[in-house]
Amino acid sequence: MSTFSVSFRDANGVRILDLHGELDAHTASDLEGAIQQCHAEGSINILVNGEDLEYISSAGLGVFMAYVEEIRDDGGDIKIADLQSKVYNVFDLLGFPVLFDICETEEDALARFEEPAPDAGNASS
Amino acid sequence: MPETTHTLTIPSSLRFLHDVRQFVEKHALEAGFSQPTVNAIKIAVDEACTNIIKHSYAGDTSQEVEVELALTAGHLQVCLRDEGEPFDPSTYQEPDLARLTERRRPGGLGVHLMRRCMDEVQYRTDQDFNEVCLTKRLNSDSAV
Repeated sequence: MSTFSVSFRDANGVRILDLHGELDAHTASDLEGAIQQCHAEGSINILVNGEDLEYISSAGLGVFMAYVEEIRDDGGDIKIADLQSKVYNVFDLLGFPVLFDICETEEDALARFEEPAPDAGNASS
Repeated sequence: MPETTHTLTIPSSLRFLHDVRQFVEKHALEAGFSQPTVNAIKIAVDEACTNIIKHSYAGDTSQEVEVELALTAGHLQVCLRDEGEPFDPSTYQEPDLARLTERRRPGGLGVHLMRRCMDEVQYRTDQDFNEVCLTKRLNSDSAV
């Protein structure tokens, strides 16, 4: 069975989600629950750290798609950082770098939250 | 080189996707595919299996999915069979990336990934079962 878990941290007013394991159609609901929890608690600046994320399928990508518009409407964003190349390549195959702010490091992503760039990663801009 | 086949049958539950990926990885690596190409094959098979469980069986976990992996000279083919509702590939529309985030539940990403990761994706419906066959050539350069 796939193992997947999410742990939470906070830095500079940004809620950081550390993803561990394999994100597939079985485990995607765990990520969905984590993002819903952040949103319910009023966190709109969400940084997803993928350093320990070993695998992602379209079900996992779909969770980001499902919430990013709502969070941007509230003035926040979901930014993604530290992806392993095999995981980044799946984002890239679907053209996600156009839709999402995907940073090489967590530090880069935190710095991006400081920038006044409301259209960052927005395909319509 | 004669054809070598390996078969895995799983209950129609998403809990077993990990087992399907492990099965595919083991045999694709043994066949000489590079790790990035094996990653691409794993994703495609995962997406095909997910679609069967979610759509063909509509979440009914009491059914079965058969995964048959065949190795021949120059290519690997993975065929997944189910006895649920058939998928009509002619109804498939490639997702419009620019509008994807406007829909909370974007569809079609899995089929799109399957096509990007494999050299061929073919659907067939027989009287008794549906089959999707995914083919990867050993010299293919699409990898993850």
